[in-house]
Amino acid sequence: MDLTYTEEEEDFRARLRSWLAVSLPKLPPKPDPLDWPGRRTYDTAWQRMLYDAGYAGLHWPVDAGGQGATPTQHLIYLDETERAGAPYVGANFVGLLHAGPTVAAEGTAEQRARWLPPVLRGDEVWCQGFSEPDAGSDLASLRTKAVRDGDSYVVSGSKIWTSHAEVADWCELLVRTDPQAPRHRGISWLAMPMDAPGVTVRPLRTLAGSAEFAEMFLDEVRVPVANRVGEENDGWRVTMVTLSFERGTAFVGEVVACRRTLCELARTARRNGCWDDAVLRRRLGRLNAEFRALWRLTQWNVSEAQNTGGVPGTGGSVFKLRYSHARQELYDTAAEVLGPDAMDLDREWTGDRLSSLSYTIAAGTSQIQQNIVAERILGLPKGR
Amino acid sequence: MDFRLTDDQRALRTGLRELLAGRFGRHALRAAVDREGTVDRELWRELGAAGFFALRLPENEGGAGLGLPEAVLLFEEAGRALLNGPLVATHLAAGRVPGAADGARVVTCATQLRGLIPHFGDADAAVVIHGAGMRIRCPEELPHARRLRSLDPLTPLHRIPDGPKAPPRPDAILLTAAEQLGSAARTTEMAVQYAGEREQFGQPIGGFQAVKHLCAQMLVRTEVARAAVYAAAVTEDFTEIAGAKLLADEAAVQGARDCLQVFGGMGFTWEADVHLHLKRAWLRGRMWLTAAESEEIQAEALASAL
Ligand SMILES: Cc1cc2nc3c(=O)[nH]c(=O)nc-3n(C[C@H](O)[C@H](O)[C@H](O)COP(=O)(O)OP(=O)(O)OC[C@H]3O[C@@H](n4cnc5c(N)ncnc54)[C@H](O)[C@@H]3O)c2cc1C
Repeated sequence: MDLTYTEEEEDFRARLRSWLAVSLPKLPPKPDPLDWPGRRTYDTAWQRMLYDAGYAGLHWPVDAGGQGATPTQHLIYLDETERAGAPYVGANFVGLLHAGPTVAAEGTAEQRARWLPPVLRGDEVWCQGFSEPDAGSDLASLRTKAVRDGDSYVVSGSKIWTSHAEVADWCELLVRTDPQAPRHRGISWLAMPMDAPGVTVRPLRTLAGSAEFAEMFLDEVRVPVANRVGEENDGWRVTMVTLSFERGTAFVGEVVACRRTLCELARTARRNGCWDDAVLRRRLGRLNAEFRALWRLTQWNVSEAQNTGGVPGTGGSVFKLRYSHARQELYDTAAEVLGPDAMDLDREWTGDRLSSLSYTIAAGTSQIQQNIVAERILGLPKGR
Repeated sequence: MDFRLTDDQRALRTGLRELLAGRFGRHALRAAVDREGTVDRELWRELGAAGFFALRLPENEGGAGLGLPEAVLLFEEAGRALLNGPLVATHLAAGRVPGAADGARVVTCATQLRGLIPHFGDADAAVVIHGAGMRIRCPEELPHARRLRSLDPLTPLHRIPDGPKAPPRPDAILLTAAEQLGSAARTTEMAVQYAGEREQFGQPIGGFQAVKHLCAQMLVRTEVARAAVYAAAVTEDFTEIAGAKLLADEAAVQGARDCLQVFGGMGFTWEADVHLHLKRAWLRGRMWLTAAESEEIQAEALASAL
């Protein structure tokens, strides 16, 4: 059990820190949260800066265009960028955190060469077309079909809750290629260009008021067979790779952000007198222990990932279950501290409170995560 | 950074797990219940010989010269096995109270449970911990101690009037948290095993989500507590230690409750071991630091970081 960083790791941290100090002030001002094209421009500009400085795809393998950094260096990266207040991956979320890593792990040499560099440079943005109106938690029941026609698939159906669809160039799309096969065996994983004829995106308004995700209608969209990652009908296995990335590492940096928010909350509470309320004060204290522990759990998971060659294990589900709940508790507590201001949508924490409601739903609901923990980690039987 | 256990740490843990499996299995545990929790002196000496108490003493004082992380691993095993006796107090007394290090004497502590002393009748000495310091009292020097009927059948308790209040010692807090962690891990295992075997409605109850989700939450609480306890052992940071105790207490208490629920009617019997875990977890939850105190320590840390 060693929590000290090696000299090499500290060097890495120091270099990154000084780069951040010089580079962050050069970023353009933050766009309005409702301005999606503006957000895309902002997020990709940040990605380009990372690319130019040699930090893009830090933990991706070198032959995928990444830097081949160790899991620990990646952790330091997330810690430092978050502390420095650097932008969040934002619109680059899918490309950088799971579609890219999936292509790197499962794609052919041509596919890697085609898709990975633009993600790293911030030239192309991806979205995730997994969920359908009738296939959410039960993802394997998806119905969007792809029929082979020469060297193309003709895709028809619809997807829903597709985050960032409005501004994406590519979509990691799950389709049914064999309707006769048992449901897990007839699925394929395709990269679909979002500008292909037949793709219609209709933004959906979230409870937070913004159009964070969209519905997608696919009407005889032609997708080259060459865009299939993995074998035909082997898409479920590829999907499991994608989901392990999505659940494994995607939320790590946010723990640091939560700790920062917690400090700000304490400061506000001291100013407005809430601190004298023992119940509230203790709630804040409890959250301090909680987020510290979640950071330690992250370090634990990252260390364990060294056993598995960097692929995040099921520890990601344990983390996600606890983190999503803790985050909601954080913003509920913030609302107590804010008092009447918690009803003001212009207060930052009010918006954060609303968006935190999605954490126990997106990327697999808490109920589904509990099934995964019980069945895959604890080995309990599958059942109804 | 590599948070994983080293090979030596793993070996140490396995060693104690095997010793306890052989010497303190189900039969011995139940025998201890029948003896109302009095300490098995022979086992105490065996623990002493295995270095349990002297683990952190320097080698030139007859110890193993190891640190808090190693001690935490051992106390986790003790908690898992529900080993009874004033383990933490004797460990702290090693090197100060003659005979503590090798398990020849049983040492309890008068300041770990406000107003109560565990294992008082059994103890050869009672220490009074004061910050980093420690005073030694003989049982005869505490004539007002009155035995009460202890909630935990494995931990006899005496009440002392105006029990001295002392600032808690960080290592004592953390080792108690480690015992809680072991207990939480054990009740999770017990629940999972039972849920896989017990059948209702024609299938193992572990196939039902309501049961599955109880088990999943037990694991989540245990693993979060584990990360907190291990990290606190490495950093020795007081706030982190207090936080680890808070989370480990919760994992142990709630884990035992959920385990009891999974066991159904069987869980409510004296025969099932679940209640022994729950009662001990409740008791440890009041040792050194309560949840409320720990939360205040966290709050103070937040305020002073501003
Ligand atoms: C903000 C946000 C962004 C998203 N972004 C994307 C995206 O970019 N791409 C994408 O493909 N998807 C995305 N999703 C979709 C997300 O993955 C699904 O919403 C999620 O998997 C749940 O599916 P569902 O909404 O159909 O709910 P349902 O599956 O209908 O679930 C409804 C309720 O029933 C419960 N339930 C369902 N099945 C079970 C079961 N077996 N046991 C116990 N309880 C069960 C669920 O836990 C939930 O509480 C996003 C969702 C949100 C909220």
